[in-house]
Amino acid sequence: MSPRHVVVVGASLAGHATARALRDAGYDGALTVVGDEQHRPYDRPPLSKGFLDGSLSPEDLALEDADDTDLAATWLVGRRAVGLDVGLGAAGVEPTHCVTLDDGTVLVADAVVLATGARARRLPAHLGGDLAGVHVLRTLDDALALRTELVAGSRLVLVGAGFVGAEIAATAHKLGVEVSLVEASTTPLAGPLGEEVGAAVAGLHTAHGVPLYCGVPVARLTGTTQVDGVLLDDGTHLPADVVVAGIGSVPATDWLAGSGVPLTDAGAVATDATGATAVPGVWAVGDCSAWWDVERAAHHRTEHWNDALTRPRAVAASVLGQAPAAVAAAPYFWSDQYGVRLQFAGRRTGGEVLTVESGSLEGGDALVVWWHGATAVAVLGMGQPKLFNRWKRSLGVASVAA
Amino acid sequence: MHHLCALDDVVPGEGLRVTTTSPPVAVFRTEDDDVYVVDDTCTHQDASLADGYLEGCWVECPLHESRFDLRTGAVDQPPAKKPVRTHAAKVVDGQVWAELSTDAPNLPPGVAAGVAGGAPS
Ligand SMILES: Cc1cc2nc3c(=O)[nH]c(=O)nc-3n(C[C@H](O)[C@H](O)[C@H](O)COP(=O)(O)OP(=O)(O)OC[C@H]3O[C@@H](n4cnc5c(N)ncnc54)[C@H](O)[C@@H]3O)c2cc1C
Repeated sequence: MSPRHVVVVGASLAGHATARALRDAGYDGALTVVGDEQHRPYDRPPLSKGFLDGSLSPEDLALEDADDTDLAATWLVGRRAVGLDVGLGAAGVEPTHCVTLDDGTVLVADAVVLATGARARRLPAHLGGDLAGVHVLRTLDDALALRTELVAGSRLVLVGAGFVGAEIAATAHKLGVEVSLVEASTTPLAGPLGEEVGAAVAGLHTAHGVPLYCGVPVARLTGTTQVDGVLLDDGTHLPADVVVAGIGSVPATDWLAGSGVPLTDAGAVATDATGATAVPGVWAVGDCSAWWDVERAAHHRTEHWNDALTRPRAVAASVLGQAPAAVAAAPYFWSDQYGVRLQFAGRRTGGEVLTVESGSLEGGDALVVWWHGATAVAVLGMGQPKLFNRWKRSLGVASVAA
Repeated sequence: MHHLCALDDVVPGEGLRVTTTSPPVAVFRTEDDDVYVVDDTCTHQDASLADGYLEGCWVECPLHESRFDLRTGAVDQPPAKKPVRTHAAKVVDGQVWAELSTDAPNLPPGVAAGVAGGAPS
């Protein structure tokens, strides 16, 4: 049965895409989208790329465009959901859920889609995380604040050399900022790419003269009110005018505590392979969610733009009780660093053998394929869009040649 | 008419980026040997459509999987919203020519006509 009122919590990529997918799938009932940022839906990836270097304006980030309608939805922006009360319904009775907002408004809905994404993890205050000049980068407002401080000649230390940290480093380097990175693990990107390939990708920093300190944790940030440096566990002190913590994100699900909606150990909303949670009438999609991944036989949280854009189609079909909509077979993300476009697709679950099919890791132009036996299960391209997309299409299909 | 390349420069089933125009264009040669010319830069964000995946007369952007109909330039699959500009192509004696459109190109934000295409900066 089609719901009468769908409430989408989170007004960003996944929330906007859900609203659109519901309308595209023919839903013509009431639709409310709640978002706690002051902005209409905007695109996050440019925040560490073209927006940070000033080539894009806030208007350029808009996910809606002039001829987009508002999808006949009520947009409550600048309002935060603070509680979810689930009503479980009964035989023949649809569940009725209540979403409470920070101003006391209660939205009553028979379908709720959680699309609250994630928040940047911060350095704790006792390590200097609240000194002036210390930033994170998740939101447009974060980017505006950081952008004004990235002036040529200033010194920036990035804490964390993951993808977002690496992009900020590359952008700041281009702006003439003196950049260095510190990374607690011995190899950056070892999680997503493995040691060997992670090291090669991180080699882009050193190839551009950006120093990378690996394997030494940060002891604390120094400074009295304004940060003036980063002290490492081995006593190294890196002077800094600006520090950015690029130490990952946490699902924005704290407001669901006690709601009965199951979360994973890492705090993501656990769902089946269509985004449905164990609570009837509640779905989750995008960075806040960990969908059941059939191939991994586990819940898995992807933090990828494409998944947040395309999975809402499956959610919409599920909300409306329609035939399941297909989701992309292979998770995919890209990252732009120092003029090199990195693209990754597939799943590395351990035990893969890798081959370099084109270019070289040292040269920064490799096309890397991970294999399970004769089956390619993941692929990375470093500035290899054409080859990458061919390989991406062949993932999961056993090759006779191998 | 603007000379773009030799037909043999383009592998059947693939695209070729040509930078002698501003903005650069992509020449596509289908498996059936039809030739289409469109602006090379995806209308959504900076990526070279010549690097994309050609299927029939549709091309899929290599960055975010937007799909364009090469005959009309129309968007067949988002995230792109604006059509890509098409140019009338002609093959004469094994050489590819195009009548370059005088319509305004739909370049993505932050991309200037002269430098459009593919390489992130
Ligand atoms: C700087 C940066 C660069 C990135 N670059 C890339 C890239 O190159 N490639 C790639 O694949 N991915 C990239 N990503 C990841 C990509 O942006 C995310 O996967 C995507 O934004 C997820 O969309 P989402 O809608 O699920 O979550 P989000 O974009 O996080 O949006 C969630 C929204 O919900 C709001 N919200 C949270 N809690 C509440 C509440 N209680 N009530 C109301 N509203 C709430 C949030 O404020 C936010 O507006 C990048 C991310 C960042 C931050």
